[in-house]
Amino acid sequence: MKAPLSWILEHVDVPAGTTTEHLTDRLTLTGLKLEAVESPGREITGPLVIGRVLTMEPEPQKNGKTINWCTVDVGDANGTGEPQGIVCGAHNFAPGDLVVTVLPGGVLPGGFEIGARKTYGHMSAGMICSARELGLGDDHDGIIVLPADAGEPGQDVRPVLGLDEETIELEINPDRAYALSIRGIAREVLVSVEGASGFRDPAVRDTPAANADGHPVTVEDPEGCPVFVARTVTGFDPTAKTPDHVVQRITAAGMRPISLAVDITNYVMLETGRPIHGYDADTVSGPIVVRRARDGETLTTLDGTTRELDPADLVVTDDSGIIGLGGVMGGETTEMSATTTSILVEAAHWDAASMYRTGRRHKITSEAGKRNERGVDPTICEAAADRVVELLVEHGGGRAEPGVTVVGTPPTAPVVEVPGDLAARVSGMPITEEQAVACLRAVGCEVSGSGTLSVTPPPWRPDLTDAQDFSEEVVRLVGYDRVPSVLPTPPSGRGLTRAQQLRRRIGRTLAGEGFVEVVSFPFVGISDLDALGLADDDPRRDLLQLSNPLSNEAGFMTSTLLPGLLRAAGRNIGHGNADVAIFETGTVTLPRHAGPAAILPVDRRPTDDEFAALDAALPAQPLHLGLVAAGDAVSGGWWGDARPVSWADAVEAVRSVAAALGLEVAASAAELAPWHPGRCAELTVDGEVVGHAGELHPTVCQAFGLPKRSVAAEVDLDVLIGRAVHLRAAPTFSTYPVAKEDVALVVDASVPAADVEAALREGAGELLESIRLFDVYTGDQVGEGRKSLAYALRLRAFDRTLKEGEAAAARDAAVALAAERTGAVQRA
Amino acid sequence: MSGPNTDYDPVEVTPLKADQVEAMREAALAAIAAAPDLDALKQVRLDHTGDRSPLALANREIGALPPQARKEAGQRVGQARGAVNQALAARQTVLEAEHEERMLVEETVDVSLPTTRRRRGSRHPITLQSELIADLFVAMGYEVSEGPVVEAEWLNFDALNLGPDHPARTMQDTFWTEPAEDHVVLRTQTSPVQARTMLTRKPPIYVVCPGRVFRTDEYDATHSPMFHQVEGLVVDEGITMAHLKGTLDHFASQLFGDGITTRFRPSYFPFTEPSAEVDVLCFVCRNVDPSTCRTCRGEGWIEWGGCGVVNPRVLVACGVDPEVYSGFAFGMGIDRSFMFRHDLEDLRPLFEGDVRFSSAFGSEI
Repeated sequence: MKAPLSWILEHVDVPAGTTTEHLTDRLTLTGLKLEAVESPGREITGPLVIGRVLTMEPEPQKNGKTINWCTVDVGDANGTGEPQGIVCGAHNFAPGDLVVTVLPGGVLPGGFEIGARKTYGHMSAGMICSARELGLGDDHDGIIVLPADAGEPGQDVRPVLGLDEETIELEINPDRAYALSIRGIAREVLVSVEGASGFRDPAVRDTPAANADGHPVTVEDPEGCPVFVARTVTGFDPTAKTPDHVVQRITAAGMRPISLAVDITNYVMLETGRPIHGYDADTVSGPIVVRRARDGETLTTLDGTTRELDPADLVVTDDSGIIGLGGVMGGETTEMSATTTSILVEAAHWDAASMYRTGRRHKITSEAGKRNERGVDPTICEAAADRVVELLVEHGGGRAEPGVTVVGTPPTAPVVEVPGDLAARVSGMPITEEQAVACLRAVGCEVSGSGTLSVTPPPWRPDLTDAQDFSEEVVRLVGYDRVPSVLPTPPSGRGLTRAQQLRRRIGRTLAGEGFVEVVSFPFVGISDLDALGLADDDPRRDLLQLSNPLSNEAGFMTSTLLPGLLRAAGRNIGHGNADVAIFETGTVTLPRHAGPAAILPVDRRPTDDEFAALDAALPAQPLHLGLVAAGDAVSGGWWGDARPVSWADAVEAVRSVAAALGLEVAASAAELAPWHPGRCAELTVDGEVVGHAGELHPTVCQAFGLPKRSVAAEVDLDVLIGRAVHLRAAPTFSTYPVAKEDVALVVDASVPAADVEAALREGAGELLESIRLFDVYTGDQVGEGRKSLAYALRLRAFDRTLKEGEAAAARDAAVALAAERTGAVQRA
Repeated sequence: MSGPNTDYDPVEVTPLKADQVEAMREAALAAIAAAPDLDALKQVRLDHTGDRSPLALANREIGALPPQARKEAGQRVGQARGAVNQALAARQTVLEAEHEERMLVEETVDVSLPTTRRRRGSRHPITLQSELIADLFVAMGYEVSEGPVVEAEWLNFDALNLGPDHPARTMQDTFWTEPAEDHVVLRTQTSPVQARTMLTRKPPIYVVCPGRVFRTDEYDATHSPMFHQVEGLVVDEGITMAHLKGTLDHFASQLFGDGITTRFRPSYFPFTEPSAEVDVLCFVCRNVDPSTCRTCRGEGWIEWGGCGVVNPRVLVACGVDPEVYSGFAFGMGIDRSFMFRHDLEDLRPLFEGDVRFSSAFGSEI
């Protein structure tokens, strides 16, 4: 809310010498936060004075223009008392007029420095100003001619033009709708600024009593529209101009001047907080009826939009049909225009929730709607309408018709029981009941009783409904800055959960492995999944759709971390970071299509079943780990050649993570997008699939701007963490000498090394301490389609030194089982 | 092999003269001393202690001496050989040490060579800051609560006293999901975790919940559709705003430095009442002549977050008896805190994934 300070101070007195800074500091500390202080003349510096035109001589120029060579009396402002010679291009003035004169040394908005300069054959020492040159609007028809009584030549003209008028902009929270008015802000000044007094309520005035002569109004939905006041002004001059001070004030408040009638309704809304609607009375036919809209009805609102109405919308109708969306926006057919001479003034109170819903439904935000949906004082409709009528008559030369229509009565707020010590208990401050009562009365509440106070909130505070609401009023007036600082003493905590600890461990492990953590947005589009090459029936294509995404290219919650990671990797490559290894941990969204998440009651705890059903209705959101690497894993240098990343780096990274959790991962061949069909590992822990890793499909690399042979992995961390080994038994190991046996086995190239190793392990039996594949050979010596796997076996017993024969026997048994299971032949 | 020369006539044997033995010894010692390296010493050993060395030959001849001469000759030769062997051993030690030293010198490398063969990894600074904040509270006895980011509308709004027609719903531009009748949103705040916590555990409750939240803000230097918040919730008997102030003052001093405190300004959040905006004292200028301070833009204070006393309506909806318990809650932007703590003007590098950004922070902030 932007509010001219002078307007506020018309309604409340502050002690002499109160600075704007002090006043706004106090408002900020009691809850109306200062956003900015503006004044129209803040960019103008130097001498800007009243001048009286003494002479003006028109001088036609070669370029066709006629300039006026003027002498202007600027009093002593120029230091000499002599008339100032000024060239002026405007013609809308005459000798004797008072004009706005900027003298050399002055600076106008935009940093426009004024000096004495030779122009059109004269030394022009200054400038006679137009409104636009002073930053006071776009009016450039000519220079400003001041009223004859504006002041004496040489006087500073700023106060005359309102250039030093300060406007304060306050942030108004949704519960403080009353502060969306000069009335509300003045009241806040009264309770916030020490020594403030003399509040003059613009909504308290003598209003004519309701009678039967006003425009007939029927309200069919008194809940939606509890109060409807109608007044009529006739004989209004549609050409009458809006007075300057009204234009200045509504402009300063951020509204655009339109016409006298509209400006006045806006002026009164700003002053009282009560939105007013004006109809061109001659276009309203027959009685006004307020009701809810019916299916299929439409209305063209005065912004020119034709809207299909909802049965929950409140509408204003006459014999012609719907003429307005009540409290939100008027209709086009009854809009006040440049020929309107009769005005029907509506001041109605509307149900705030209906206003909110209608505004959202039709996507209308307006100054009126903003106030109506937050709650307006229902008791001031008559006063506000009367104030509008008064101003229309005063400035538009109209006649106030004696008919006054008032339908309905303002709703009254119920009395709330508030414990007298609640504010003290809530705040931890020693606030006495007397203090609390005084604060509540200061904000307009009626208070009676003691111990438990019976409090009636003032009608402009529909937000005060709960005991706690009143305690907040007390605490903010006592002062948030006086709340003491006391540390509570929590019971002994249990620290991080194991899952939380393990997640940190996983991050540290990957950082140790050379991966850099990134954070991406979880939004994807279908084209991203296409770029990954996902099959049509890939379950990752089942996505949660956003109703209102920021971009249609990313309209879904992702089911995989890979698109974000691949994009980030691509950006790195694009930025010249050729060797990149990144990871991300984050939840993915996997719809369960389990029906609606119920809107449960809020006046009680949901049952355990209700709460469980709520959770079950949400998509599954497992925590995933994704990683991508491209370029070199080990860079080249004086130590040797570079080693490019390979599929094995992706698998190894997952194995490192698993090892950090005490788990072992098994890898087996799989075909899954976006991986290379021959270089993709399905990763399992004890037979449960945890994810995939390997080299990316070349077309995927290309799609995301990555070099060929880039690698990636994605695993479900919830599964891994769920399986993490917690209490590990201490190891025992043999101190007898180790026996080493090497075997080289030739198998079909298609036989997984893991199968050979498993057979060797099982065949070797319990003497086997460890097994390591130390060489893989393919080539002429083993023949086409075959490969040789060379293993180093370490054998040891717990209770004795092995005899040579024992180790050899174990090796032979291992080889025999490998031969049986995998067709392995021991290499000669 | 030569045995004792018992066949010789002892009279004919040249007696082992003392000066001859002495000369052999001197020659050997001189050769040892002169041996420049281990190879040379090896040759010296052969020449002076080998089977054909003069002292070995002399020793062999002792047996041929008349018995009365043997003892003296034996002693003389024995002493000489002992001295030579001793000298050899000593020289060997010296030369070995010299050799080793030379070898080490020869093996000298340029240790200033770059050693960065492997990439250096790092964690995301927001992760690190979230953990840092969680740790501050865990140290006070709090626990860390969590909840889903795709959340039930009821938990994100209704349970927090944000009814369907509450104007504050429009303050948080919400991502809604399809189908609309499922009432599922991307959480706009970490506050639904508060509700979940109260629904799943009994007071006393002392928790913080860091996490990702979503608003339909266009992505620019200071707005992001996804950002991070940390929410705190305490529900216990006798909890007041003073406890909230004390906790946030402590939090501020831990995160920004000793003596950094907070300031409350009245505000409005449906889930708390009284509600306050929290400002933190500028940790750069400390509100001493703030006019030139970039960090707080001349304010002396920095907007940090929101907080308040938990609205009893929220307690009721979450099954906590407001007659027995009261609580406080607070919420701060982690990204925002990070930005002013680390002098970051544009938040976008946080979400772009350029490895140079995270790498600059390493694994600790």
